[in-house]
Formats: sequence, C-alpha cells, structure tokens
Amino acid sequence: MSATTRSPRDRAAPAPARSRAHPARRLARGDTGRWAAWAFLLPLLAYLLAFYAYPLYRNLDLSLRDYTVRSFVRGDAPFIGLANYREVADNPTFVPAVTHTLVFTAASLVLQFGIGMALAVFFHQHFRLSATLRALFLVPWLLPLIVSSSTWSWMLNSEAGVVNTFLGALGLAPVNWLTSPNWSLASVIIANVWIGIPFNLVLLYSGLQGISPQVYEAAALDGATGWKRFWRLTFPLLRPVSAITLLLGLVYTLKVFDIIWIMTRGGPADSSTTLATWSYQLGFGSLLPQFGPGAAVGNLLIVAALAFGLVYIRVQRRQGGTE
Amino acid sequence: MKTFGTGQRVFGVALAALIAASGTVACSSSEETSGDAAGSYAIWDPYPQFDGGSDWVKLLTKCGTDAGVTVTRTGYDTTDLTNKALLAAQQGNSPDVLIVDNPVVSTLAEAGVLTTTEENKLDTSAMSANLLGAGQSGGKTYGVPIGANTLALYYNRAVLTAAGVDPASVTDWATLNAALAKVAAAGKKGITFSAIGTEEGSFQFLPWFWGSGARLTTLDSPEAVAAVSLWTDWLKKGHAPNSVINNTQTTSWQEFASGEYAFAENGTWQLGNAKKLGFEYGIIAIPATAGGPAPAPTGGEFVTIPAQKQADRYATSQKLVACLTSDDNLLATDTTLSYIAPTPEAQAKQVAANPELKVWVEAVGAAKGRTGDDLGTKYPKISEQLWKAVQAALSGSKTPQAAMTEAQSAAAAATK
Repeated sequence: MSATTRSPRDRAAPAPARSRAHPARRLARGDTGRWAAWAFLLPLLAYLLAFYAYPLYRNLDLSLRDYTVRSFVRGDAPFIGLANYREVADNPTFVPAVTHTLVFTAASLVLQFGIGMALAVFFHQHFRLSATLRALFLVPWLLPLIVSSSTWSWMLNSEAGVVNTFLGALGLAPVNWLTSPNWSLASVIIANVWIGIPFNLVLLYSGLQGISPQVYEAAALDGATGWKRFWRLTFPLLRPVSAITLLLGLVYTLKVFDIIWIMTRGGPADSSTTLATWSYQLGFGSLLPQFGPGAAVGNLLIVAALAFGLVYIRVQRRQGGTE
Repeated sequence: MKTFGTGQRVFGVALAALIAASGTVACSSSEETSGDAAGSYAIWDPYPQFDGGSDWVKLLTKCGTDAGVTVTRTGYDTTDLTNKALLAAQQGNSPDVLIVDNPVVSTLAEAGVLTTTEENKLDTSAMSANLLGAGQSGGKTYGVPIGANTLALYYNRAVLTAAGVDPASVTDWATLNAALAKVAAAGKKGITFSAIGTEEGSFQFLPWFWGSGARLTTLDSPEAVAAVSLWTDWLKKGHAPNSVINNTQTTSWQEFASGEYAFAENGTWQLGNAKKLGFEYGIIAIPATAGGPAPAPTGGEFVTIPAQKQADRYATSQKLVACLTSDDNLLATDTTLSYIAPTPEAQAKQVAANPELKVWVEAVGAAKGRTGDDLGTKYPKISEQLWKAVQAALSGSKTPQAAMTEAQSAAAAATK
C-alpha cells in the first residue's frame, strides 16, 4: 500500500521506492501519509461496520429485549436482560438442539475430512483421468444447496426414494430416513458430508502439492512407504492445511441450515433440530415470530464459533510457528 | 509464509465466526422504500407465481389506472411476507395494499400494522361471515377476503371401484376406516396427506381435530387424542405412507397423482391439477367422527390496508381494494387462483359456470377461520405445539396421549 499512498511531498524524498525497507524514513513522512492510509482503510471500515458490526449489534439488541410483534414495529421493546437466554435454556428443545449441533458438526467434520483426505491422497498419484475425476468430485460443491438438498430429500423419501428401492433390491427392509426420529439426523449428516467432501478435497489436495517430492524420495530411500509414509510424512506436513480446513469446515458446519431445513424442517419431533434451524424456527418458522429468543439462539451460535476459533489459535500458538 | 500476528488472527477468527452466525438471525433493517412518490401505490401479494403478463398483474394495473394512480406490485413467497410486512412497518414504509394469508391478519393487526375498516372505509358487508372471521379480532375488522380455499378428500374412482368401495358411503371415521381397509386388502394405498412440521401440517390436521369435536384451547382432550390416534393408526396399519410426516401438500398431491392412492386430503387450489391427473377423480367432504362434514380451516388471503403516515393515501388504497374485491374481479381472480369467492353472489356465479365447484362452496361454507374463536395471536403458538405433537405421534417418538398432553402444557405456557 505504501507505494500507492504517497503524497506529492514524498515524491521529493530521496529513495521513495525503498520506503518499505526503511521504516524510519516512513515515520518522518508526516501526517499526510497517515491520513491517506486512513482514507484507504475507511471503505473497509465502513463495510465492516455496516455489514458486520451493525447486524451483530442489532442481533444482540434483539436478544436482550422483549420483542412482541407490536413492540417490534413500534421499536419500544423493553430491555429484559438475559430473560430470552433463560427462556431458551429452559426450553425443552434446548438440550436436543445443542446435542444435535455437536453430533452434526463432529460427525460431518470427521467424515468430510477423512474422506476428503483419502481422496486427496488418491488423486495425488496422478493416474490417467485423475484430473477429470477430481473435477467430477467438485460437482456437489458447485450445485446450489437447494438443488442438492431437494435431490437428497427425494432420494431418501420413505415411499418412493431410490435409496429404499435399492435397499429393497438387496432384500433389506426400507428405512424411514427423513421421517424416523432415529434416522433423520443421520440422513442430514450424510447429505452434509457429501456436500462438504469437495471442499476438503480441494484444500487438502493443494496442500499435498505443496509438499516437495524430494521429501518423499528421501523417505523412500529410508524405506518409508504406504501407511508409514502417510502417517510419518504426509499427515504431519499437512498439519497447517488440515487445521485451517477443519476450522473453516467447523464454521461452515455450525451454521448449516438450508440442508436440514429443506430435508426435514428439523423434525420429526425436533430429532434433527440444530441451533441454526431452531434459531430460524423461532424467528421465522411460525406465523408469530419470536425475534428475541431467535436472536438469543443465534448469538449462542456466534459464541460457539468464537470459542472454537480461540481454541484454534491456542493450538496454533502451541505449535509455535509451524506454519 | 509470513506468520500473522496473534491480534490479526484473533480478529480473523472473530470475523469468520461472525460470518458463520450472522446468517441465521440477522434482521436486516434496510428495506427498499415502497411507493412513497405520490401517484405510485405499492401492492404486495403472496402470488410470486404470477409475472407481469399474468391476468392478476393486469388486473392490479387496471385497478390502479381506474383509481388514477400507478401500481407498483411485488410478489413475495407467502412464508416470507409476514416478516417483510413487519420489517416494512418498523421502517415506516409499509405497502399501501397488502395481501396476506388469513391467519397472519391477526398477527399484523396485533402489531398495529393494519388499519381497521372503520379507518379505511372498506365495505365488508357482502362477505360471508365465517370467512371474514379470520380477519376480525377484538370486534374490529382488518381486511377483506379476496378468496377462500379449504380442504376436502379427493378420491381415485378406479382404485375405489376395484376395492369395492362406494365413495358416497364414506360419511364418518368408521366408514372411512372400513374403506381404507378394503383398499389395502385390494393391494392399493389408502390415503395421503401432509403432516409436515410447519403451519401446513396443522392446516391439514385441523379438519380431523375439529371433526372429532376437539377445541384448540384443550389439546389434550380425549377427542383431540382420538384425532391424533386416527392418523397414527393409519400409519401403523399402512393405510397412509410414512412419508406423510415430511410431505408438503404439494408432495402429497404428487403421491396421489401416481394413481396408487385411494384418497388424498388436499385443497381447492389443486382443482386445476386434478384435471391433468389422467384418471377419474371425485371429491367428498372430510368426514367428522360422528358423521357429516368436519369443519375444515379456511385458507386464502385477505386484502388489507397497512397504516401509513399520510392518512390521505387511504382513500385511494380503499378504491384499489374495492376494485380488487368487486364481484366481477373477485370472480376473475378466484378463477385464476382456483379459489372460492368470499361472497355468496360470486359463489353462485362460480357454481353456475362450473358445477364441479358446488362441493367446494359447501366445504367453504362449513369451514372456519383458524384464528377465530377469539384465539387471534394465540393461534400460532397453539398451532406450533399441535404440529409438533402430530409429528411426534406419527413418527412414533411419543404416544398420541403423551404427545398431546405435552403439547397442551407447552401451549398453555406459551399463551398465558
């Protein structure tokens, strides 16, 4: 940025092109440069304030007030502190929603990452058609979620779904994928894993390409092949990429809403309700919106995502600059 | 690779977290301003299926021209419209005319979004009282019905004939159950409906609920439990498919359209599709426990006039609504929407033009508003517990009795 924010006065400076290398000279440049720097920052700041800080503030405000439809319109909802959070925590849906969120996120992450890693290693061997096949694996990622979720919903239909027809052909009893409280969560996890695999595959594959072939050659000379090579070399060398893949995956998975909503509406009987669908259900899912509790659940999600983010930083710091 | 400072990283992670969660409940308060310019009147409707070239939009434009103004029309998905209307009211830029699903009227009225007929001078005298009921609360009327629909049982004549069932014999729950058993014995499927976990599920369950004699104020009454048990037993016996738990009314219709089912509970709006079925169909009223037609809930929209800062806009809005709800225009609109007209005069004309509608006109006559019985904004809370209980019972996670007992205590807590 320093090269473009130079004021006319700086042009007279003896070695402007080298200013990056001479911090002392930059300080001497005076206020104009700093103002220009701020001016360049301003659009970003305005963007962050308008699209991140303000909605977040509104969400927090919603969750701390007693909003009825009337007070929502009139904007005079009384401040009630943490009552919405208490209401949410006492709600019989709370414990199942938290449990499902944890199970959904953990299972999705483990499976997506595991399968994505296996595929990345597989495609890293550069056989014929590997590029084509890899491209095909990206399809789930490119499809709009409404398309893939609806397709899954049709395939898993109890009566006419292709999955049950297939099970029937194998002589197995049909499964009520979306309509049984025992299966609904598993079904949405399966769909979510399918959608998440390409993301993991792409990131891990590019991570693999960053590992120098010489390392493998050296390892081969030392007799490390197959599993040993993967566990001793590939996996540790991929650790930074893996960490960021998992963190991004976590953030994406925590907020997954469309897949679950389209496939099961969080049901039957809350059996696939996560915090994200519950938040929507409260805020928008019934004829009478409950903005306060809905926002409270949304904020719990934010806190959860933040907590995991901090854990990630902790881990990174402990690894001590392995990046 | 350059290592980022911890501070930057915390910021980045915080940002990622925000992106994660702000998608769930971020009530955007920025709404496009609607029709503030004098001479331009904004109309919002829940008919996004109609585009600029449709008869509906042409009618809107014509009514605007007749009133000497231009009409700006926006079609929203019906589930979106409530929140859009609330947000717009909060921002002080409500549309001039708002067409909403009837159970939403009491919610919007409670919010103070709508004007009463006293303020906006709309004439509702021609409308059928049971239809108007959904738009009334606290002795005030908040709009005019533009059309009504309700539920009945479509049947597949070939399937019934093959099973030896006379559709006219199905007049109460016992005869319906007997018919379903015969159909099952003949190797066909019995009945399909929608029990999805949304308002749609409650809408479909209400004819059976009310037909048992149950009341929405007591969800755990023996009658209410009997209604849930009726549905649950159908699933257990295989008379209804397990997929009903996730069926919308559209997917349920698709099941019926496969030709495998004897009965389907569906609405007036499917009449157009019924003609494309490729098999002979008929329609009977949904039976009550002890016989006779059960009261089905009224569906369909209300035309309302939201409160505006400039009260002088009401006069023109009133002209627009009067135009939309005049007998001739109602007839045209309700034919397009496949609805039953809300006035006896227009209904008579509809039946004269299409005798098939007679059964629907009778069904609409027997129907009642969901928010009626002075329930108003209590209805949505009760309804939510009702659809949850039905889902819990159908999916086998609770017995009908346990599900309804819990629903009653939850509904009582929510509406106290």
